[in-house]
Parts: sequence; C-alpha cells; structure tokens
Amino acid sequence: MKPFDYQRATDADSAISLVSGDPEARYIGGGTNLVDHMKLGIAEPGKLVDITRLPYDSVESLPDGRVRIGATVRNSDLAAEPVIRQRYPVLAQALLSGASGQLRNLATTGGNLLQRTRCSYFQDVTTPCNKREPGSGCSALEGWNRHHAVLGASERCVATHPSDMAVALAALDADVLVEGPDGQRTVPVTELHRLPGDEPERDTVLRHGELVTAVELPSLPFASRSRYRKVRDRASFAFALVSVAAAVELVEGTITDVRIALGGLAHKPWRATEAERVLRGAPATEETFRAAADAELAAARTLRDNEFKVPMTRNTLASVLRELTRQEGS
Amino acid sequence: MTGATRATSPGPERIEGHAKVTGTARYAFEHPVADPLYLHPLRATIARGRVTSVDTTAAERVDGVRLVLTHHNAEALVPIGDPELAVLQSDEIAFRGQLIGAVVAETQESAAHAADLVEIRYERMAHDSDFRDDADIVYTPDADASPMLSPDLEEGDVDAALADAAFTVDATYTTPTEHHNPLEPHAVIAAWDDDGLTLHDSNQGSHLVRDLIAPLFGVDKERVSVISPHVGGAFGSKGMPHGHVALTALAARHTAGRPVKYALSRTQMFELVGYRPPTRQRVRLGADREGRLVATEHDSLEQTSRFKQYAEQSASASREMYTSPNRRVTNRLAALDVPAPTWMRAPGEAGGMYALESAMDELAVSAGIDPVELRLRNEPEVAPVSGLPFSSRNLPACLREGAERFGWHERDPRPGVRREGDWLVGTGVAASSFPSLFFPGSLATIRHESGGKYRVEIGAVDIGTGSRTALTQLAAEALEVPVEAVELWLGSTEQPHASLAGGSAGTASWGSTVVEAVRAFRTEHGHDPVSGAETTAGAGKNPDAGEYAMHSYGAQFAEVRVNADTGEVRVPRMLGVFAAGRIVNPRTARSQFLGGMTMGISMALHEHSVVDERFGHVVNHDLAGYHIAGNADVGSVEVDWIDEHDPHVNPVGVKGIGEIGIVGTAAAIGNAAHHATGVRVRDLPLTPEKFLR
Ligand SMILES: Cc1cc2nc3c(=O)[nH]c(=O)nc-3n(C[C@H](O)[C@H](O)[C@H](O)COP(=O)(O)OP(=O)(O)OC[C@H]3O[C@@H](n4cnc5c(N)ncnc54)[C@H](O)[C@@H]3O)c2cc1C
Ligand code: SF4
Repeated sequence: MKPFDYQRATDADSAISLVSGDPEARYIGGGTNLVDHMKLGIAEPGKLVDITRLPYDSVESLPDGRVRIGATVRNSDLAAEPVIRQRYPVLAQALLSGASGQLRNLATTGGNLLQRTRCSYFQDVTTPCNKREPGSGCSALEGWNRHHAVLGASERCVATHPSDMAVALAALDADVLVEGPDGQRTVPVTELHRLPGDEPERDTVLRHGELVTAVELPSLPFASRSRYRKVRDRASFAFALVSVAAAVELVEGTITDVRIALGGLAHKPWRATEAERVLRGAPATEETFRAAADAELAAARTLRDNEFKVPMTRNTLASVLRELTRQEGS
Repeated sequence: MTGATRATSPGPERIEGHAKVTGTARYAFEHPVADPLYLHPLRATIARGRVTSVDTTAAERVDGVRLVLTHHNAEALVPIGDPELAVLQSDEIAFRGQLIGAVVAETQESAAHAADLVEIRYERMAHDSDFRDDADIVYTPDADASPMLSPDLEEGDVDAALADAAFTVDATYTTPTEHHNPLEPHAVIAAWDDDGLTLHDSNQGSHLVRDLIAPLFGVDKERVSVISPHVGGAFGSKGMPHGHVALTALAARHTAGRPVKYALSRTQMFELVGYRPPTRQRVRLGADREGRLVATEHDSLEQTSRFKQYAEQSASASREMYTSPNRRVTNRLAALDVPAPTWMRAPGEAGGMYALESAMDELAVSAGIDPVELRLRNEPEVAPVSGLPFSSRNLPACLREGAERFGWHERDPRPGVRREGDWLVGTGVAASSFPSLFFPGSLATIRHESGGKYRVEIGAVDIGTGSRTALTQLAAEALEVPVEAVELWLGSTEQPHASLAGGSAGTASWGSTVVEAVRAFRTEHGHDPVSGAETTAGAGKNPDAGEYAMHSYGAQFAEVRVNADTGEVRVPRMLGVFAAGRIVNPRTARSQFLGGMTMGISMALHEHSVVDERFGHVVNHDLAGYHIAGNADVGSVEVDWIDEHDPHVNPVGVKGIGEIGIVGTAAAIGNAAHHATGVRVRDLPLTPEKFLR
C-alpha cells in the first residue's frame, strides 16, 4: 500500500477542483471498495478526497413525483427509507441483498454505483488483466470465469458489474446527477456503465474529477409492485450469480408496462429491452415469460464455467414475473 | 453398553469464556512486547523456477525499514527434513506463493509498502498444477514409511462378487481443495535474547513447535520457549509449524533483540499453511437381495505436493466401516507443483466418508431398501479387516435413536416428489466414524499448593475446543476436590511436555495423563499432602491397545430444500446423534459436534478453493471469494449422544469429539438433495448450477 494524502471536502466545488486538478486524486465515499483496492495494490491514489461530509446525505421527494437520493446516503439508510420501501420495493430489496450489514452501513449510493468488478484476476496484481493493466491480457477468458459475463462482453474483458443496487436503478430508469469542472450533467443509469469493448479499463462514462451528487428516480407508479431476486451461492453475503429486477403493470391479465434489468450477466447492469418488448401488451402466461427470457438471452455467449447462467436467468426471470403477475392479479 | 441417551446437566462453563468474550484473553499477536518490528513476506509469483535477482534498493529506502531478508543474506538453517521450514535456503521455487524473503520495518504499513518495491526476477520453469488421474504424476505412497499410511487392501475377489451381486453401485465422487480458515490467522512474535528464542505463536502444540524450531536453529530445546495460552481455531492448519514461524525467527536474528511480529493475511493463508487436498474417489459396492454387502471397493486419488509429501488416506474410510467379504481399498497420490497439503478436520475421513456414505445411499435407492435399514444390515460383529473386537460400537443405536427423533419413519423413499412452493424437499442420512486415538508421551505435574488447592500443569494447547475446562474437570474428579480447587496451567513449553492438539486425541491423551499423574501423586504423597507436594508423571501404555478396534460413531440426518427454478440448496434442519465414549463436559462437547456439523454443511454447500492450473494458485483466495457457511445457511442443528462407557479406549473412557461432527455431514446433505430432486450430484460443493434442469 502506497502512502497517500487525505483531505475532507467541505463543499462540492473544492472537492471537484481538488480531484480534477490532480490525476492521482480520488474521491472516497464509504471506502469499502476503494480501500480494499489500495491494500491490494490495484488502486494507488496519491490523494483521497473524502466526500461524506458534503450535503448529499438525504432522500427527497420532489413535487413532480420524482425522488432524489443524495450520493452519500448510506445503503442501509436508503433501504430503510419509507418512500423507497413503499414506492420502489425493488430498490430496497436489492440494497438489502447486497454485502453485509456492516458494509451497507458504510457504503454510499455513489460508491455503490462506481464499485469495480470482483473478477478475481482483476483483484490480484500478480495475474494479467486488461482492465487493471491495459494490454496485459485477460486471465478470465480462459480461466475461472464462473462469475463472468454472458452478455455484451468482448475478447478483452468478460467481467461483470457486481452491484445489486445498480440493477434495480437500471430497471427503474433512474438518472445519475453529475457535477464536474465543466458544470452539471445528467446521465441515465443505463448509460453510466460501459460495455468493455476495446477499453475495459474504463468502467463508466464519467471523466476524471466528475462527482456523482445524486440519483433520481422517476415517479413510475407501477414500481410499487416490483421485485429483486438474487440467486447466489450462499443465503447471504455473496455476490449474485444472476439477479433479476422487475416491475410489472398488469391490466386484466395483460402486461401493459414492464421494466426489467438483469445482474451478474454483463459489464453493466443489463436492461432487458428485448424481454420487455416481448412482454409489453402480451398475456401474463408462462409461455410469454419464457419467450421474453429467450428473446433477451438469444445473444448470450457463454464461457467454460458460466453456461449455467443462461438457464438460471431464464428460470429466475420467469419465476419473478410469475410472482409479480400473481400479486398484481390477486 | 448401549444406554439410553444421556440425562443432561450442562457441565461447567468454559473457564476462559469470560476473558474471551470481554477481549482480555490474549492471542499470539496480541502479547505486549517492547519495541516490536513488523514483518511482511515476499512471496513467489511463479509456480516453479528460480529467483535470478533481487533488487532491494527502493525497499531499503522506505522510511522505517530495518531489514530486507532474502536467500542472499539469510543464515543457514540446520536441515531437519521439513522443506516447509527450510525457508530462504536457496533460490529454488517449488510453488506459487512460496516464501522467498521478508521486509522488517517499524510499522506494518511500511513493511508492506517496501515489500511491494522489492524487484524480483525469475527464471521460470514449466510447472504442473493440474490435479488429474494421469500416470506421469500418480504414485503409490510408501506405506512402510509412516504408521499414518495404510497399504493397499485386497480381500477376496471383488470383481467376481460384483459380477454376481444383486445390486451394484459404481460411482466416482470428487471433493475439492478446501482451506481451514480458522478465525484467528496464523501469527507469531519472535524474539531472541541471551537466553535463546521466545515465540508467542498460534499453534496446536507448543512443544512440537519447540521440538522442530530448536534444532532448525541448532540450539538446545531448553533455549526455545513457545507461549500459546489461547488459540483461535486451527482445524489442523496449526498442527505443524509452517514456514512463517521459521521466517519470523530468522528475521529476528537480525534485529538486536527487538521482537518481530507477523500475522498472516487471509490471502497468505491460502498458500502457506496447508489445505485439504482435492480427491477423486471411485466406489464400487455390490449387495445381495437383502442388501448385505458382498463387495466393497474404494480407490482414492489425492493431491500432494512435489515439494513435501502429504498423504491423505480417504479410501481407508472403507476398511472397517461395514461388513463385506470381498474388499479392495487403495490410496494413490498425484504430485504437483503446489503448496503442501496438510491435515484438515477429519483428514481422510471427511472426504472418504462422503464418498462411501453417498455410495451407500445410491445402493439403498437401487436396492429399494431404507438407507437406515441398509446400514443396520451391514453392521460387522468384529472389525472387518483386523478381526479385532470393537471396544464399543454404537452406530446402530445412533441410527435408531436419530431416525426416531428426526421422524424418519414417515419418509416416502421416492425422490423428487415433494414440493413446497418453489422448493423441492428431501431428507437424507449418513453415518459418521472416526478412530479413537491416543498420543503417548505427555506429562503432567500435580502440585498441592495449600489448603486443598491444587495446581496442575500440562503443556497442552486449548485451540478453542474447551480442553482447559475438560482437563480441570478430570483433574478435580481424580483428586476428589471441587473444580474450583484446581488451577490448570497449559499453553506453553514452561509446562511439562504434551502431545499435539489433533486427531481428536487431546482429552483422551492429556486427560489420561492428568488422571495418571494424580494417581502417582496420591501414591507418593497420600491423601493429606503437605503444601508444596509435587509429582510429575504420565500415562503408561494402554494394555488394550492393539487388542480392540477403537472408533467413535454417529448418525447424521438432514432435511434439504432445493429451489426448483434456481437450484439453490438450503439445509433447514439437521440432527446428529453420536456415540463417542465418555462426554466430559456436555456444554463444550455440544459445541464441538455442532461446529463439526456446521463445517460439514459448509463443506457440502460452499467450500471450494478454485485452483487456476495455469498459474498454480488458488484464485478465490479471500473470504469474499471462498465461501464458508454463514448464519443464514445454517438452520436448526440438533446434537445429542448415546451414553457410552468404554473401559478399553483409555483410562478416562474418552473417544474424542473434535472431528467426527464433520464426518458424514456432506453425504447426508447430498443424499437429501437427491431425495429432494432426483438429481445425484457427486462433486462437492453442491452449488446451484448442479441442480439446474
Ligand atoms: C466482502 C464484500 C461483499 C460485498 N457484497 C456485495 C454484494 O453482494 N452486492 C453489492 O452490490 N455489493 C457488494 N459489495 C460491494 C459494496 O456494495 C461496495 O463496496 C460499496 O457499495 C461501495 O461503496 P463505498 O461508498 O464504500 O465506495 P468507495 O469504496 O468509497 O468508492 C468506490 C469508488 O467510487 C468512487 N466514488 C465514491 N463516491 C463517489 C462519488 N460521489 N462521485 C464519484 N466517485 C465516487 C471512489 O473514488 C471509488 O472509485 C461487497 C463488498 C465487500 C467488501
Ligand atoms: S475479465 Fe476483465 S477484469 Fe477480469 S481478468 Fe479479464 S480483463 Fe481483467
């Protein structure tokens, strides 16, 4: 672990100028991902700018029905927030399925979104990894890739994004509010993370020094009937093998609107637009659910150890849709 | 001898319990020492080859660095035949992660930072870390070389018996590499002064550590003291001192008396302190129409290291378990360029009984016989191979009692027919067995302080099992005084020599020693001893050793749920009933059984060190990647035992309880998962994808 400076930011502008002016500087939220990376030698920042005292620690319901979540709201606080539990259960469930109680107490909304892959070769500086060291090769491609991607991967990198929260946010069509040296911008969560392509070292579209200040949820009334289902090796404290975030609007047995995102399958939370297309306007039957899953998974490319993710996703998606449409109908 | 189950009184509380839960019990790394330095190791990043150059310039410039140690400046150690301890003696690399140097600094952080700056160049050689059944790596270990190894067994004509059998099973089971991961990592503080070497060390035998480390440095044993009052779990990984102890002691030679501290990281524990080797086991069983075994064959292939042989004996589980006129049992090793495996809780039995007890379930299914009944029909009257009588064998009582309590008799044998919501439900059973061992050579000192207070000293180690409490009880009982009148001292070489905490033999070996020492004390000093009266004595040879087959037994029952959509496996309920001789302290004994079964659940569902043979190391080398069962994975686990009075095993009638709890658990769970789903998974762990259809 390399020695580093630490500064606590008191306002957004100074935080942004501290980081954007110094290529070796990094923001630190809860530190549950970044500090691990520093110990492992994956990240070697010269300066840490702590943003947890910035005024981004609340959840606000906006007059137009949207909900704004500050970037430093802790995962456990967000999961306990009544407005989230009532209007967006998929998000509360996703948060509570992640990590452990201790970690959720520290982890922030911004840090959770920007956590990096758990690929074991990425986390081990003694093995080649294109994401950590561009051009060094991808050890997972022909190595242990049980947790790796089946959708949207490239020859350069087959890593998955590990966040549960981000999958729920992708399903909800949330926006990420960003402030940088050149001002503010809004990035849809579905466009925040990149596919690896030729630059797996870039996880997201953010530029150095850009600060996530909030996440905004659209009003989306039918999200009150939503669900996050995470399939994992252990009953708690394990990353998703696959996960499904879904919200369904059902009118007399017909699916009139739907949002689905999948986790554990790709370099980013995977918005299942193909599946949504099949479901929208279709009857809520097992046949439809399976057809929707098949449509989404048609593009899947499996590796040595992760073939199971295709049938596991198909079954889990069908099971979640079954449950949601049963709920809606009853 | 088959009594009803015990009437419970919980037994005294763990003596050091209060100190442990309040954080005042000191573990190795926590001993206050003056002016310590911290060690960070250098480890090989290739699996085989040579170190060609080491550049320590940048590391030495880091603030606070006091020493960079490599094979260039390390002193010569005395070869004592243990390659793990011969650290920094040459430039050769035999496995990835091998210790090749150390940085010693004023703080842990500066040592770690400087270690990152040491530039090491290698000459790489081709390595082989791929565990497989291949003639160029497989060999037969020399059974004559060690009493721990059993030679191939061949009785009758297995092939002919199988050909004529009414029912047969021929199945291959695999178990993966597993790591012990005790709660307390391996840690040591080493300090040299004019008197010699002091080690505060986390181990399973402080005398054993002394007996190996003293000759390694060419000093008399009396000049090495090893202090280990509390050890936070071990499971075999602290049975022998590993390279880190030698490395730290070696580094402390250069620090002018300043103590050197080193606690391993979790990741280092995946490379430096042993592991349960992977196995591939073929079991063939043949039975007649009534389900009586006519043939038993068990062939096991296990991984070892080219660097240092360790021979697991998984197939030996089938030697004395069930009656069978024809029998073949073989153990083979595959030697690879990997770290040395070592004992891990029930080494051999855990994996071997997984295979045998899974095969017994497969036989029960194919013969249409209830699996409890099948086992009862194959009870031997005498130990099958040796022909010796059993000192006591209460497996039938465990099976019957367990079946009764678990509600086994209502069981519908058909697999894959019970569904509750999204979950398929099933139940399974397996037998447990573990040898009753006794390690000779321990001594205890009994001293009458005054006024009926006694001090008892024995250089044993309490690795968290409750030995301190059980030995105090046994001493008090033998002295015929209340428990409060005995003060027991253990955990250091300052006390008389004692054997290793291993083989579930601690209470049997040390307890017998204490009891025999009390007898000698009474003979010497009578029943009204003067203050300061003292006797040191040990236990003699057991006249019944070699006259009886001595084992503990148990029966484990599991309820398993498998999610029909996702394949996730849950274990809501388990019951274990054991017959393990005298239970000295029900409270701490229950913890041992419960802990064993919990570790068995973990073995069944989760534990798997994934080796990437291209690099030769475990890639999921931390506790986020290597899963151990958490609270949510462990449902109701009930434990009980049969009252068993065994006059033959040893003077205290104790058979040992530390390991049997993990034996059979994985089979019971796998068998229940088959009953739930109809899918027979023969490769541990039982991860969701194996049940997906
Ligand atoms: C053992 C373990 C198990 C886990 N299991 C799960 C799991 O099951 N599911 C799951 O989803 N997660 C899991 N996690 C990950 C956990 O959710 C993340 O570590 C956490 O959410 C990161 O948040 P943080 O605030 O601590 O981020 P930090 O570590 O502080 O930061 C992470 C990154 O984001 C950057 N950053 C932080 N805040 C901002 C901001 N506002 N603007 C711009 N950049 C920012 C930092 O510079 C850094 O690069 C697990 C973690 C561990 C250690
Ligand atoms: S999958 Fe991506 S993160 Fe993992 S080794 Fe390959 S390049 Fe690195």
